[in-house]
Amino acid sequence: MRVTVDQDKCVGSGQCVLAAERVFDQRDEDGVVILLDAEPPAELDEDVRQAAVVCPALAIELSE
Amino acid sequence: MAAAPERVPSRIVVVGASAAGLTTVEALRRFGHDGALTLIGDEPHLPYDRPPLSKQLLDGTWEPDRLRLRAPEALDALGLDLRLGTRATALDTDRREVCLADGERVGYDALVVATGLSARRLPGTRGLAGAHVLRTLDDALALRESLRGGARLVVVGGGFVGAEAAAVARTLGAEVTLVTDEPAPLADALGAEVAGMLAGLHRAHGVRLSTGVPVREVTADAGAVTGVRLADGRLIEADAVLMGIGADPNTGWLRGSGLRLDNGVVCDATLRADDGVWAAGDIANWPAPEGGSRRVEHRTNAAEQGIAVARAVLAGPEAAVPFETVPYVWSDQYDLRLQTYGRTRGAERVRVVEGGTDQLRLVAVYGTSDRVTGIVGVNLPRRTRAYRRLLTGNAASDENAVGAGWDAVDAIAREDAAPVPQRTAG
Ligand SMILES: Cc1cc2nc3c(=O)[nH]c(=O)nc-3n(C[C@H](O)[C@H](O)[C@H](O)COP(=O)(O)OP(=O)(O)OC[C@H]3O[C@@H](n4cnc5c(N)ncnc54)[C@H](O)[C@@H]3O)c2cc1C
Ligand code: SF4
Repeated sequence: MRVTVDQDKCVGSGQCVLAAERVFDQRDEDGVVILLDAEPPAELDEDVRQAAVVCPALAIELSE
Repeated sequence: MAAAPERVPSRIVVVGASAAGLTTVEALRRFGHDGALTLIGDEPHLPYDRPPLSKQLLDGTWEPDRLRLRAPEALDALGLDLRLGTRATALDTDRREVCLADGERVGYDALVVATGLSARRLPGTRGLAGAHVLRTLDDALALRESLRGGARLVVVGGGFVGAEAAAVARTLGAEVTLVTDEPAPLADALGAEVAGMLAGLHRAHGVRLSTGVPVREVTADAGAVTGVRLADGRLIEADAVLMGIGADPNTGWLRGSGLRLDNGVVCDATLRADDGVWAAGDIANWPAPEGGSRRVEHRTNAAEQGIAVARAVLAGPEAAVPFETVPYVWSDQYDLRLQTYGRTRGAERVRVVEGGTDQLRLVAVYGTSDRVTGIVGVNLPRRTRAYRRLLTGNAASDENAVGAGWDAVDAIAREDAAPVPQRTAG
């Protein structure tokens, strides 16, 4: 699975980090998302999907 | 450990086509439901997101297209029977049918109620020109229109929506008065210290605050708003009035259905309301782990409950697990982003643990005398998240404990506090 994030849309909620902390982090100063791994291993698929769904800014896009 | 095939509902109907309803249908497909799936919503628009209504849409940086929750192609791909502009008017739980405004009845094996809330209005304001609420896209566009050209706006109510709208209206050049019967906007939700800081910020941006006195009525002449009369007789003149006085659960269509309605749809811990009926999002009222019941009006909760309900529907009542969450909400006012985890309302104790109100950035911990129940962060998102773990429970020692004791707070502050930059003088 490929992950992309839209930093302009991100509202810095950190919900993605809570769901998949090996894939997402936040910038210190404003909390905007940082993508740590654009092609995470398959065992993280479910966590990454959860992150994309709960992201309140719809800032995470997934493609297979 | 899938449920036996005959137990899996083949026709699933979701009423309410917004954050919770849409997340539910999407999760149902993702978790393997390939039977009939109907999504019914009374708004004419494709499902859209509400938080930007009082932020980027109201200030004009975003247009409605940007609020869409899903692209039309993504919706198509779900293979829904999508009924927009269609109101559900009644529920027949015996025959398992939802009645629609046009008289049609839609049968279901499983039903998810996600009809959210409607904004409250002051009496006598319906149909009055210049009298606004802010819940829907149409509301937001009408309010935006009315803020042109230095209009005088009175915001009634000191909640998040009112405070955000007041901030945006100021940046658009409107003259703004915010009226609340509390000592400060958001005083109830955030406590005196943080609310006091926000009040100072609003004043510094030119918002007039009228606190401590309730509103008696909206005054009008020839079908248009002229102002707001306070309980002490004072009149504040206005071209537009925004009523930000909360919202009520849309349960009218469920009256007489046998569902228990009390501050929303009453559910069990798995969000099940009745045989074959679940609820998700702003309308769901479920038992809180700390006792009592809980209804949460937050965007992230709507998505989390949508996912949880999809799982519960497909698993069946015996296999469903309780819904657990740490409620999260954010609010943008001017350059300030406020983030809240857990419960802060009515806290007995509040402690600012990092930053400070004078720096306009802080983390504050809220709680009862012996337990932490909530965290508020202002412009320190990453640090705020560090404290969230105080809320995820130390259930091993006390099964009713949902928050850590206060002594755990210092450990976090010491462990990983990044030095908060001191404000430069001037
Ligand atoms: C202006 C504003 C700003 C906000 N800002 C934030 C924020 O910054 N952060 C945050 O966390 N949360 C925020 N929220 C709250 C967040 O938007 C809600 O928690 C979320 O929209 C809840 O989603 P829902 O699907 O449960 O309900 P709703 O969004 O209320 O959707 C319910 C849908 O059901 C439809 N419906 C109702 N009755 C019927 C019927 N009988 N038949 C068919 N359809 C029906 C409604 O028209 C609506 O489309 C904000 C809300 C508003 C209004
Ligand atoms: S969940 Fe979404 S909004 Fe929140 S930090 Fe991650 S990408 Fe940003």
